Amino acid sequence: MGTRLTARENLAVGALRSVNWVSRVTGRGAGTVAGGRVGLRISPNLLAVLTRDRTVIVVSGTNGKTTTTALCVAGWGGDVTTNATGANMPAGHVAALAGSHSTHVVLEVDEAWLPDVLDAVTPKVVILLNLSRDQLDRANEVRQMSERWRSSLASPGADPVVIANANDPLVVYAALDADQVRWCDVPTNWTLDAQSCPRCTRPLEHSPSGWSCTCGLATPEDVTTSLNGELTVAGEHAALSLSIPGEYNRGNAAMAATALREVGVLLSESIPRMQSVTGVAGRYTVRSWQGRQMRLLLAKNPAGFDALLSTVAPEPIDVWVAINANIADGRDPAWLYDVAFEALKGHVVWCLGERRLDLATRLDYAGVEYRIVEDLASLPATTQPVELLANYTAFQEWMARSAPC
Amino acid sequence: MLKIAVLYPELLGTYGDGGNGLVLAERARRRGVEASLELVAMRDELPAADVYLLGGGEDGPQRLASDLLAHNGFVDRVTDGSYVVAVCAGLQILGRTFCVDGNDEYQGLGLVDVVTRRGEVRSVGELCVRVGEQLLVGFENHGGRTVLGEGVAPLGRVLRGRANDGEVDGYRTDRIWASYAHGPALAMNPWFADEILGTVLGQELDPLGTAADLLYARRRQILTAGLAG
Ligand SMILES: [Zn+2]
Repeated sequence: MGTRLTARENLAVGALRSVNWVSRVTGRGAGTVAGGRVGLRISPNLLAVLTRDRTVIVVSGTNGKTTTTALCVAGWGGDVTTNATGANMPAGHVAALAGSHSTHVVLEVDEAWLPDVLDAVTPKVVILLNLSRDQLDRANEVRQMSERWRSSLASPGADPVVIANANDPLVVYAALDADQVRWCDVPTNWTLDAQSCPRCTRPLEHSPSGWSCTCGLATPEDVTTSLNGELTVAGEHAALSLSIPGEYNRGNAAMAATALREVGVLLSESIPRMQSVTGVAGRYTVRSWQGRQMRLLLAKNPAGFDALLSTVAPEPIDVWVAINANIADGRDPAWLYDVAFEALKGHVVWCLGERRLDLATRLDYAGVEYRIVEDLASLPATTQPVELLANYTAFQEWMARSAPC
Repeated sequence: MLKIAVLYPELLGTYGDGGNGLVLAERARRRGVEASLELVAMRDELPAADVYLLGGGEDGPQRLASDLLAHNGFVDRVTDGSYVVAVCAGLQILGRTFCVDGNDEYQGLGLVDVVTRRGEVRSVGELCVRVGEQLLVGFENHGGRTVLGEGVAPLGRVLRGRANDGEVDGYRTDRIWASYAHGPALAMNPWFADEILGTVLGQELDPLGTAADLLYARRRQILTAGLAG
């Protein structure tokens, strides 16, 4: 790879690596993003340069990016270049690409950055998981996002194979004009943002067999990936058993396996390897804190929270929920009212995080028993593992506070 | 029986706006008043209700909601005596015109002499409004600049944030409360929820004492830090 770089690009890669090294040894950060920024400043087309001659799978969507990326990496097998959790913008991408020489690349991409990344990188495959409201005080209007994806994927060039969720109207609209699409029938329970047609705004008709609009936009008929007990991708069948929980993760694995087929990996190869994914950046794993065991669960937005609530056991248990409203979380916790917290009726919910009062108020109106935790020392001792649901920065705090067991 | 109807949550519910209906119903029930909370979908007929709620929405859905409301008897219901709580896009729809898709002017319901144009910048952030003796705390996220016609009273005076124009927030008529404080504004401001409820029920309400009061006290303290008056 080195021989093809211009002097300026070489300088950029060198600068990137040294900034990363400095920031790592001085403990000022995990490296990655800072170095990436410096590299991009010196050579803005660094992302294009560093992906030249490499086989790239790009993963984007509101929910499940990190898990799907991990499933792609594991399912591909061998040495795969991928970006670190959370560093899903170009600075994080170039840092990962400069740090590894493997020609197999899986990049998790922030939804808003997808058009720029598609412009710079010539990916072989693009996975579009879903689109729903996420931190609307920062990224406005989810429909606009779908429109931006569509025009980006419709523009001529080296056209990627698009792996698209057929049950999400906003994703279908985005993929509509792409050259090659593999439609996936995967579990998608969040339809609140898809009630009016992404193309013409008329109301969508939802039925058990799918959704449709009078303008003709509808669930694609030529679905090639489906999950009916077993996984089917373009005629190949496989039993899908994963080490991580949740129906939505089965959908993520189905889309990852579909993407890997496009780079020559069969289901019989990819699916068994995906079982090695047991936790993603601490998610789903059991951790310990002050003599208690807890399962840490991350949800960043209403769709993510609803999916998590469906995994909480029905028998009465203590559930801890931690909510912050820092910039990375979105400053506005209004979304708490878009989550069906009524599902926690029968459990006792301990309210944690800076926005514990917003949460307590929401639970109060939902008729759920709650306790406001002003001081962590007042949390009860428990013998059975606690479910701890947290949004982004609250999750990070609890990751730092707890230890693996 | 107090009938509360949340209109088109699938179109106008961008910021947890459905929460306002839930809050009104729950606060009524806790006073021993029977209350029904109905979520009205696009294809449903408009039910009779004592109070209708309108939330915020994106451009396309806002236009669609406005068209639906213009033809489903909503205007007659309001003129006949129903109350309305409208936030964000809902506030704009009740007026004469609003802007969608850039600067295209769009016909509103004309229930109130109010015009909304596209603002120069998007207004996103915390909002604090003085309403009489009280403070309304919340969050705004919209691209509108709303001008009140002569004789239309604002809901309150802006202490923090932008709301209509940086000076005042929303409007208040004898049947309508309108604010740019979106989503669960009634959850965050129990006094405001009770003022609306008390008016609709025609009775004075005693405070409830719930988590919402703690939340309101905390937000009020944070948002007024450093503000005079
Ligand atoms: Zn349509």
